Amino acid sequence: MGGGEKPELMINGKRLDGRLADQLRPIKIEVGAVKNAVGSSYIEWGNNKILAAVYGPKEALPKHVQNPEKAIIKCRYQMSPFSSLEDHGRTGPNRRSTEISKVTREVFENVVLVEQFPGSEIDLYIEVLQADGGTRAAGITAASVALAASGIPMTDIPFAVSVGKVGTDLILDLNKIEDNYSDADMPIAIGPRTGELLLLQMDGILTREEVKRGVEMVKKAGESISKLQSDALKASYEKTIQKYQK
Amino acid sequence: MQIRTVSGDYIKDLLASGAREDARDMLDYRKISIAPGTMPNAEGSAEVTFGYTKVLAGVKICVGSPMPDKPDEGNLITSAELLPLASELFETGPPSPEAVELARVIDRGIRASGMIDTKALFIAEEKVWDLFIDIYILNYDGNLFDAGTLAAVAALSTARMPKYEDEKVIREGNLGRLKTNNLVTSCTFAKIAENTVLDPDSNEEASMDGRLTIANDENAVRAMQKGLMGGFSPKELESLIDITFDKSKELRGHVARAKGD
Repeated sequence: MGGGEKPELMINGKRLDGRLADQLRPIKIEVGAVKNAVGSSYIEWGNNKILAAVYGPKEALPKHVQNPEKAIIKCRYQMSPFSSLEDHGRTGPNRRSTEISKVTREVFENVVLVEQFPGSEIDLYIEVLQADGGTRAAGITAASVALAASGIPMTDIPFAVSVGKVGTDLILDLNKIEDNYSDADMPIAIGPRTGELLLLQMDGILTREEVKRGVEMVKKAGESISKLQSDALKASYEKTIQKYQK
Repeated sequence: MQIRTVSGDYIKDLLASGAREDARDMLDYRKISIAPGTMPNAEGSAEVTFGYTKVLAGVKICVGSPMPDKPDEGNLITSAELLPLASELFETGPPSPEAVELARVIDRGIRASGMIDTKALFIAEEKVWDLFIDIYILNYDGNLFDAGTLAAVAALSTARMPKYEDEKVIREGNLGRLKTNNLVTSCTFAKIAENTVLDPDSNEEASMDGRLTIANDENAVRAMQKGLMGGFSPKELESLIDITFDKSKELRGHVARAKGD
């Protein structure tokens, strides 16, 4: 949680950036941002700017990590050292990014049909170029699109968003300042087909009732996030079709 | 690796007949674009494309301590990341020798040209500005030296300068631009068998024997780096320097347009 004086995060039912409690920031998703990748996407989620790219499936290396029954997924989430408005960050993995990489990988282990690629690896890279809170959720949402665009078979296209608490209000999609000063933060990823929670983290203080309401808010927001994901994928195919119709 | 050999022969045969894969002339750049300020959290940023090569440079300006041997000068710290996201050829892990060379060559051009006056980055005793330049490769298709230098220079040229007041760094609000003195750019040549080309793409880099990067400003050569095992004759060097002075006008024009001059 942040230092310094805590700002008033909710005034007359409006948040510092003018949003209502259950309102998402503007989200823009684009497919194919990294030409070399098998599948890729770029997401602008509020002031977050994130690239996701997929390479593989290819032979898993080093050999001892190979699983003869299924593909392994390698995931790296990283923030650029110039991503925040504060000081220059450190390069290379840290405890936070290592944990986020792990829980993100686990989201996709649930939905990718890894049994179809024994002995292989699928590499998933999430590069946060600019950060303003909620980068793991935005990263997972972008990575889902990149994986879908890569053509690797999946059972679902997960989305993610966080929900938090300010005083007695639950708020959706926390930005940096809200994340720093809120009373609770709960990032959630859901596979919309099954409705299962594939990522669930929380810190702060929430009642049982608030957890329930928070999950409901995420599910509801998911309808519009999922639509943005599929619209981005459709748009990329339409672009390809146009190219060959010419 | 078999495929690499085949495409290498193809590139060489093409060059021998006077052509390049993308129909460019030997001394042509690919289409170049500069988008400054794409990452507004950073004090300076610029996304540069050379064909399918895409490079993002971010500049952060922070308070630090001077080096013991230069107590009245700020620090310039340049790093390059060959993100595994950018190419099948790049791997996760500590910076490769290639990434370190790239960062150091870009740093040398900027430093030697005096583009940044490190003495002007002095704040008070034991307190100076650290100027971090991070070169992020977002898609690799050759010639990271020139694209990286151009991205760094464009990011520096359009960066805002934070203020230091009452022991606090002010990064937002009414800020002036970072002062830059000189404009440095670089031209990189690939020697492939008997031919030399400007701005090699990834297929050309895979089949090149030698590489030469020349960084210059309007008046003088500011940094050079020869790479790989292939050699250049003194005569070749002279002629490539001449070409660099000619071609760098085009590159400086791109930066001037990005700055809005």
